[in-house]
Amino acid sequence: MIEIVSVDRCIKCDLCVDACPDNVFDAVPNAAPVIARQDDCQTCFLCELFCPTDALYVSPLSETIEGSTEQDLLARGIFGSFRREMGWQNAKPRGTAGDLSYRIFETGTITP
Amino acid sequence: MNTSDVRLDTDVLVVGGGPAGCWAAWNAAANGASVVLIEKGYVGTSGATAAGNTTTIYTRRGTTERAATVAQRVRLGHGFTEPERVERVLDRTLHNLDLLAEWGYDFPTYEDGRPYRGMLRGPDYLRFMRQKLIKARVKVIDHCPVEELLVSEGMAAGAIARSRRTGEALYISAGAVVIATGGCAFMSGALGTNNLTGDGYLIAAEAGAVLSGMEFSAQYGISPAYSSVTKGVVYFWGTFSDEAGNVLTAPGDRQSVVASELIKGPVYAILDKASPRLQEGFRKGQPNIFVPFDRMGIDPFTQRFPITLRHEGTVRGTGGLKIDNRAGTTVPGLFAAGDAATRQAMFGASTGGGGPNSSWAMATGSWAGEDAVRFVRSLGKNWRSRSVRTAAERPPTRPSGASTDIEAVLDIVKQQMLPLDKGYFRNQKSLSDTEHLLSDLWHDESWRTGRASKVREAEALIATSRWATASALLRKESRGLQRRTDFPDANPVLSRTIDTGGTDLIWTSFHNRAQASAAS
Repeated sequence: MIEIVSVDRCIKCDLCVDACPDNVFDAVPNAAPVIARQDDCQTCFLCELFCPTDALYVSPLSETIEGSTEQDLLARGIFGSFRREMGWQNAKPRGTAGDLSYRIFETGTITP
Repeated sequence: MNTSDVRLDTDVLVVGGGPAGCWAAWNAAANGASVVLIEKGYVGTSGATAAGNTTTIYTRRGTTERAATVAQRVRLGHGFTEPERVERVLDRTLHNLDLLAEWGYDFPTYEDGRPYRGMLRGPDYLRFMRQKLIKARVKVIDHCPVEELLVSEGMAAGAIARSRRTGEALYISAGAVVIATGGCAFMSGALGTNNLTGDGYLIAAEAGAVLSGMEFSAQYGISPAYSSVTKGVVYFWGTFSDEAGNVLTAPGDRQSVVASELIKGPVYAILDKASPRLQEGFRKGQPNIFVPFDRMGIDPFTQRFPITLRHEGTVRGTGGLKIDNRAGTTVPGLFAAGDAATRQAMFGASTGGGGPNSSWAMATGSWAGEDAVRFVRSLGKNWRSRSVRTAAERPPTRPSGASTDIEAVLDIVKQQMLPLDKGYFRNQKSLSDTEHLLSDLWHDESWRTGRASKVREAEALIATSRWATASALLRKESRGLQRRTDFPDANPVLSRTIDTGGTDLIWTSFHNRAQASAAS
């Protein structure tokens, strides 16, 4: 579930407000967006991809609040980890060419 | 209509912006039509594909690879798969994947440099399609759930939608409408399915559309117990165990083994059969599966973790709006594509999750777009002046009420549909109880207060649950995703599809023509 919008990192571009499929955020004039409807979050992590400054944190817990702090997440290097693994940069898609998923079908265990 | 409300008109209206809707919109625009694509969430992140990485099927007709895929579908279809339909879907998929490559989608390559087109990364694919649609002058409208269809003399003629943000209504008149709203996962929390509440089924059924195969909706996906991530492919290389660590070795498919055990107690998984090479393949292909594990501090290849099953309904089951051999519903001018349409002709009674569904979305989406344009042209020049009315004559909701009532209603629906001993394993008594309870809920006006879009979503969930339950009651046998504990075997006499429909009064009937292919 979405837990943190880092006010320090946020540049108020409001891309997450638009990109969230569940309309979780509300834009605030001259301020970082707020998490207005946390219960509606579907834990898809996609807002993190659309954040150009890695200011968002979605906890892997979809039904309970994790309660991580920004300080702890920074120390663990977790802000932006999904975006980095995917390869997106500055809210733009990158990284599909590095997909090694074809290995799933190499052994013949499953047929596409 | 208030004076502040917005009016639009367009040749083709596409409802829903996942892969099927995007391909419908692109093909309609490419055939010269004006197109509006309207989406409840955001085109690019909404729906089951956006949240994951999806296999596709890139095979050429006449090759051994193609033959293997078709044979697998026929085997798993339990009598309903039409081999030629599968061939046609895969022909169109190949064409569309080649188009994506031509347009510059950055497909991966094998280690020897050959292109690999068997995988599309959800957020990248849909973002790419979104940009393509904008360039093709499709009007893309986000965050606007459609509330009802407009009809004219029995034909689909547009829709009324409402902005989630402003509450403003949009009256969209159209020559043809494509329903591409996805399936319905009954608010189970399965990845990417929050917006998939059966809205398209409901608005189509109100206009008289027929649904089919709704009993084949009992598909559940494995996810870590704490998580939304129902990406099942990794579990082919997993070992399941009970609380005490005893390995589950019961016969049958893995979902059923896990389901039976979960009714008794916790179940754990470990992905211990994946080679280091495959582990790297998974990590470099499916970050959405592994980043959550990393954040939990779990190494799923060496540590076991608790799992659960989440209902995937008709998102990965095969029920949906009944269509002809392209994408035409039973209502003129109304087309259905992707998971919104029944996929029985391709996957029969088994899940089409992954490559089959993504291929189906490409093909039926494309056909829906093309046929919608053809339909608009057949109307002649004066269709914009025809008189239209709303398909549903509903009393307006009382905006003053609290939406806590709706949350309670959603909980009731979830309690009926999600539990494994009701939704996964079914029997006459539990289905009948559910049928009566949901009927009472539908006919109760007292909870229909608060935000109109929330009321509509709850109505769609109830209606979809009622069609699924009534169809499951009628099919007194077990076949694929329909598991009746009181009728544990397949009955050859029943290898016919089941149609359903209606809203106030739900009807069901076996299709009178046997559609079964020889194999089952």
